[in-house]
Amino acid sequence: MITISPHASEKIHHQVIKKKLTKLFRQILPDPSILTEQEQLVPYQCDGLSAYQCTPWIVVLPNNIKQVQKILHICYEQGVPVVARGAGTGLSGGAIPLNNGVLLVLAKFNEILQIDKKNRIAIVQPGVRNLAISQAAVKHGLYYAPDPSSQIACSIGGNVAENAGGVHCLKYGLTTHNILRLKIVTMQGELLTIGSHALDCSGYDLLALMTGSEGMLGIIVEVTVKLLPIPEAAQVILAAFPDIANAGEAVAGIIAKGLIPAGLEMMDNAAIRAAEDFVHAGYPVDAEVILLCELDGTADQVADELKKAREILESFGAKVRVALSEAERQKMWAGRKAAFPAVGRISPDYYCMDGTIPRRHLAKVLQGISDLSTKYGLVVANVFHAGDGNLHPLILYNAENFGELEKAEQLGSDILELSVEVGGTITGEHGVGVEKINQMCFQFSSEEIDCFHAVKYAFDEKGLLNPGKAVPTLNRCAEFGKLHVHHGKLPHKELERF
Amino acid sequence: MNSSNQEPTIQASVKEAYEEKSALRIIAGNSKSFYGRQIQQQSLDVSIHHGIVNYHPSELVVTARSGTSLTELQTLLAEQGQMLAFEPPHFSETATLGGTIACGFSGPRRPFTGSARDFMLGCKILTGRGEILSFGGEVMKNVAGYDVSRLMVGALGTLGILLEISLKVLPLPECETTIFFQLEEQQAIETMADFQLQGRLISGLCFDEGILYVRLSGSEKAVISEINNLGGEKLKNSKAFWQNLREQQLEFFQTQKKLWRISVPPAAPIVNVDGEWFYDWGGALRWLKTNCDDAEVFDMAQQTNGHAVLFRNSGIAEDIFQPLSAGVRLIHQNLKRAFDPANILNPNKMYSDW
Repeated sequence: MITISPHASEKIHHQVIKKKLTKLFRQILPDPSILTEQEQLVPYQCDGLSAYQCTPWIVVLPNNIKQVQKILHICYEQGVPVVARGAGTGLSGGAIPLNNGVLLVLAKFNEILQIDKKNRIAIVQPGVRNLAISQAAVKHGLYYAPDPSSQIACSIGGNVAENAGGVHCLKYGLTTHNILRLKIVTMQGELLTIGSHALDCSGYDLLALMTGSEGMLGIIVEVTVKLLPIPEAAQVILAAFPDIANAGEAVAGIIAKGLIPAGLEMMDNAAIRAAEDFVHAGYPVDAEVILLCELDGTADQVADELKKAREILESFGAKVRVALSEAERQKMWAGRKAAFPAVGRISPDYYCMDGTIPRRHLAKVLQGISDLSTKYGLVVANVFHAGDGNLHPLILYNAENFGELEKAEQLGSDILELSVEVGGTITGEHGVGVEKINQMCFQFSSEEIDCFHAVKYAFDEKGLLNPGKAVPTLNRCAEFGKLHVHHGKLPHKELERF
Repeated sequence: MNSSNQEPTIQASVKEAYEEKSALRIIAGNSKSFYGRQIQQQSLDVSIHHGIVNYHPSELVVTARSGTSLTELQTLLAEQGQMLAFEPPHFSETATLGGTIACGFSGPRRPFTGSARDFMLGCKILTGRGEILSFGGEVMKNVAGYDVSRLMVGALGTLGILLEISLKVLPLPECETTIFFQLEEQQAIETMADFQLQGRLISGLCFDEGILYVRLSGSEKAVISEINNLGGEKLKNSKAFWQNLREQQLEFFQTQKKLWRISVPPAAPIVNVDGEWFYDWGGALRWLKTNCDDAEVFDMAQQTNGHAVLFRNSGIAEDIFQPLSAGVRLIHQNLKRAFDPANILNPNKMYSDW
């Protein structure tokens, strides 16, 4: 494990004594909601990116909005940084605490406040699990569409902070497309309503800005999500391909014929084998690559689209199987959704990347990943949201072997750079956090990074919310650039080096 | 389609305005100049900057310069069987892509497929300092950095001049038909809510003068079976009807009274005011013609958990957008300063105090 602390230029310094701050918190929180002892703090050292950790200074567990407002107001007055944490399932280290900061845990905000059937919305607290919303809505024939693979555990507040995706994004969008209103508490302790229960709101689209802002702009204390009617029918096709190029062309073929599948997922042979061994989903282990193509809607619409999709997939050389029952459909998806833990069974450690690329470069990028895998001597299994170009290469390594984690990190960084080179992005849905903060320097110019800082200061003028995450300082970029001269080109060349 | 890259020219104009602290009124096709607060500054025409930058139909993404004609863009997409699924209104043949996004307008399909901001993937902008910045990109999923691209949608050019815009596009439906029902207002609101709970093939749902119109989109077979399912009568000139609604050419919109755009939760109760209503977006967008005081309309919108915009026929210097809460207004002002420190980009176009 690597102990993380913010870059020197990102660290917030303060002189506040722990006892004094704890005393202030005691005026608003009961004792058990304030954690300060080493053994109490250990469970909060890391989030879903477990290779990185830091023991928090103080953990607080408020259970109502007033308490959150007061905690933040105290920290604002004292100049103490604050990191928010939901379920702690994030994969980019966005909730890694600070050794001189307060970790604000929102796990106690776990109530579904209202389901308004007629308006098809649910008002929920941020600690409610993603899947729990759909489970509560099912009696009204409704569900919440974004379904990250961690949906049984991840909470909606974290989903908003990361703009979480899932396997149904191509048709149903990301979190940003599926929420209507937030209540947030600013660093100053003020409660604000962002968005509305109508389909839009007056003024700037602050809802878009808040979504995916990684706890840097405000603390989310309530979320109104859109609910959708559960489709009358859903069917999935499993298509096995002898090579990756054909599979890529088949995806383009499906889109070109005017189909928008609800899910379009690809797995390579390494991922197929791991998943099959784990959940026995019925995947063909000899296939080079499989595609899962799900179609949903009214029964007639699905029947028509299924026929079309099947023909297209076969025309690109796929062996095709349609799930004949709901149980078989669920099983096919279970394999995909369990792909990460499945890989976790065959390797002591794995490192999951999240670049997104224009799909037409798929074959090129996968070849590039394969070359990098050979270069670094580490196996890479690929799981891929093929419909929207979001790649999840899983780099297999063993942290107990000296230097292997660093090698995995470097391989990951090279993959992200490749994604940016072909016109893509370093992160499609997992967020930047601490993990990809250096790589932000090669996706954005100094002026663009300055603009991000200016946006942050519009909300949080002291820069106390989640410092050292998501947006690098230019000093960090200069330093990273020094280590990372690519093709002889120095990023952010206008900066002084040190 | 012809193409012209005028980035350096526009950048030079903005840099000069920044140095001289002289405000600019950004214009292109002038098709939506009625919208927003009426301002008088020197105009900067960005319609000279036009053309398609990138279009790969199988990626479902198009990138075009902001001065690109909306009609030309839509024609190009239609040739490939695709569309801008937020169904933007034009309001004139001269409408441009940039103006459409800056206003953030979406048409009747919006509740069922998404809004202009939902389809926004990335943009290149000129800030009030004359810097050229890019955010987002041409991929569907991108969470690197704050979502500045979507922030630009509906910002009326007050945070930056749009130079290039990347949008997600969708396939055109194979078949589209409209059916209609004769209903009372209250029944219509309930029926619209019911239909939307069923997850049907609906792509348009509006109510006017005792008639509920339902547009269905999908495969031919699915649409036919849906008509059998829902009942109602078939509308003869379906395409023209929705186009006239989108472009505000229907009888309802021909008025000298103030025309309010009121956005509310779709099942919000009917409000009794002295005026006439048109319900679009399955009840979530309500047009109101009235002579009521502005304050009364803003109050009513707020009480319904929504917001109001005085869309047409506003007076000079009148505030037309729903007032913001103090905390939210402060963030708006901070953002405005961050992107446009000299306050030269469409100042006071949105609110009178910045």
